[in-house]
Amino acid sequence: MIAAHLPALQVVIPLMAAPLCVLLRRPVLAWALTLAVSWVVLAIAVALLLQVLETGPVTYPLGNWAAPWGIEYRVDLAGAFVLVIVAAIGAVVTPYARRSVEHEIPRDRIYLFYAMYLLCLTGLLGIAITGDAFNLFVFLEITSLSSYVLISLGSERRALTAAYRYLIMGTLGATFYLIGVAMMYMMTGTLNMADLATLMPAVADTRTILVALAFLTVGISLKLALFPLHLWLPNAYTYAPSVVTAFLAATGTKVAVYILIRIFFTIFGGVEVFRINLIGDVLMGLAILAMVSGSAVAIYQNNVKRMLAYSSVAQIGYMVLGISFATVTGLTGGIVHLFNHALIKCALFMALGCVFMRIGSVNIRDMAGLGRRMPVTMASFVVSGLSLIGVPLTVGFVSKWYLVQAALEKGWWPIAVLVLLSSLLAVIYIWRVVEVAYFRPAPEGGPAPAEAPLSMLVPMWLLTGASVYFGIDATRTLEVAGGAAAFLLRATP
Amino acid sequence: MEFPGLYNYWIAIVLMMVGFYIVIAHDNLIKKVVGLNIFQVSVFVFYISMAKVRGGTAPILEAGIETYSNPLPHVLILTAIVVAVATTALALALVVRIRNAYGTIEDDEIEGQEDDA
Repeated sequence: MIAAHLPALQVVIPLMAAPLCVLLRRPVLAWALTLAVSWVVLAIAVALLLQVLETGPVTYPLGNWAAPWGIEYRVDLAGAFVLVIVAAIGAVVTPYARRSVEHEIPRDRIYLFYAMYLLCLTGLLGIAITGDAFNLFVFLEITSLSSYVLISLGSERRALTAAYRYLIMGTLGATFYLIGVAMMYMMTGTLNMADLATLMPAVADTRTILVALAFLTVGISLKLALFPLHLWLPNAYTYAPSVVTAFLAATGTKVAVYILIRIFFTIFGGVEVFRINLIGDVLMGLAILAMVSGSAVAIYQNNVKRMLAYSSVAQIGYMVLGISFATVTGLTGGIVHLFNHALIKCALFMALGCVFMRIGSVNIRDMAGLGRRMPVTMASFVVSGLSLIGVPLTVGFVSKWYLVQAALEKGWWPIAVLVLLSSLLAVIYIWRVVEVAYFRPAPEGGPAPAEAPLSMLVPMWLLTGASVYFGIDATRTLEVAGGAAAFLLRATP
Repeated sequence: MEFPGLYNYWIAIVLMMVGFYIVIAHDNLIKKVVGLNIFQVSVFVFYISMAKVRGGTAPILEAGIETYSNPLPHVLILTAIVVAVATTALALALVVRIRNAYGTIEDDEIEGQEDDA
C-alpha cells in the first residue's frame, strides 16, 4: 500500500516537516526531526532505486490525475540515482549539522535554519523525481529561495551580498528556464516530459524550439554555474555557513546538472540535439574552459573555502564535458562524477567546517601545523583531496578514467590531455593546503586547537570512507550510472 | 512578416529587455529588484498572451461556450506570480539587512567597502 506512494512521500515528508520545525522552535527538537526525516527520505530513495533496478521506470500520477494533464512523477534510473545522492548527502550532513550550526548560527534562528534546510531538500528531491517541466520550475525555485536564505545566514556580512547576488543570478536563470518552457508549450501543447519527448521531433527544426532550447540551456547553466556564468558561486560558497556549503556544494549544482541531462536526453531525446545545433561544441568548449580556468584560479586563493569553490567550478566542467560527448561512456562518466564529486566536496567542506569551528578561520595562513593538532580532520581532508585529484583507488579516478576514455573513443586526445592537465592543477592547490598543514610549524603561543567533536568527525569520515570504497569497488555505482546513461541515450536513434 | 503582427510578443520582449538591462546596469540594489520584477512580469505577459484564443471567452463550462482561452497558462502563471512575490520579498529583506550591515545599498559602494576589508 505505502510502497505504491513512495514517489509522493519522497517529496511530501520533508515538505511537511519544514513547517513542523518552525512550530517546534526548540533547536534540539528541530534537529531531531530533521535527522529523522532525512533518514526516512534516504530509505525511500534507496527503495525507489531498488524498485527501478528491478522493474524499470516507476511512474506516479500525482493526485491520480492521468499523465499528460496531471503532474506525473517519474523515477527512472538517472532520477533514482540523483535521489539517492541527494538523500544520502542530506542524511549524512544532518548529524554533522548539530554542533556546527550551534557554533555558527544564533540560537534563536536555529529552528528556522532547519526549516529552510528541509525545504531545500524538498526542492532538490522534487527536481529529481518530477516528470513535468513546469513542476520542475516550481521545485527549482523552492530550492533556490531556501538556499538564498541558508547562504545569508553566514556569520560575515558578506554572506548577505553573496546571497543577494546569487538571488539575482538565480532568478534570471529560473526565469530563462520559464521562457523556454513557455516556447515548448506553444509548439507542443504539453508540459509532461515524456509527452514532450514524443512530440518534439516533429517541431524540432522550428525557430521557436531552437530559441526555447537556447533559453533552457542558458538558464540552467546559470544555475549549475557553468563557466562563464559561475560568478555567483565562489562568494556564495565562501560566506555561507559551513554546513550549508557542504550540503549545497554536494547537491545544488549536481541537481542542476541533472536538469541539463533531462533537457538534452529526455525532452530532446528524440532529436539529435547536439548535431543540429552546435550546442555540444559550445558546451564542450565552455566545460574545458571551466576545467582549466577553475583549477587555475583555485591555485591563487588564500581562503581555502573559496579555493574549493573554484575547484567546484572546474569539477562542474568535468560533468558537463561528460554530457557534451553524448556517448554512453561520456555520459556514464558525467553521471558517475555527479555522485563522486558529491562525496568528495561534501567531505572536504565538512573538514573545513571542523577547522573553522576550532580555529575560527579557513584562511590558509591560519592552518599552519594543523596536521598535528587536528589529525583526524586533516587526514580526511588529504584523502578527499587525493580523490579530488583523481588518484587511483579513489572515486575521483573512476570518473576521470571514464571521461578520458570517452575522449579517446572519439579520437579527441587533446581533450584527454586537458582533463589530465586540470587534475595536475588540482594537485597544486591541494598540495598548498597539505604543505601548510603538515610541514609548517604551528604558531607559537595561544591555545592549541582540539580535534572537532565526534558528531562531526563521523559523518565526515563516512563520506571519506565512501569515496575510497567506491573508488576500489566501483561496480555498483558504474552499473547504475552506466544503466542510466544507456537508458537516457536509447531514446536517441 | 508584417510589422505590428503579433504585437503582444513585441511588448513582452521589450519589457523583458528593459528589465534585463536594469538588472545589469543599475548599481542600486532596490532598482535591481525592480528590474528583476519587470523581467519576470514580461514572461507572465508572454504566457498570458500565448493562451489567448481568437474569439474565445473565459474558460467556463456552460452551454453556448465553445471557443475559450487556454486556461492552463493562466494557472501556471498564478504559480509563477507566487514564486516572484516570494523572490521579491526575500530580495527586499536581504536589501534591508545589507543596508544595516553596510549603511548603503549602492553596489559600487558596497564593493568598495568589501575591498577595504
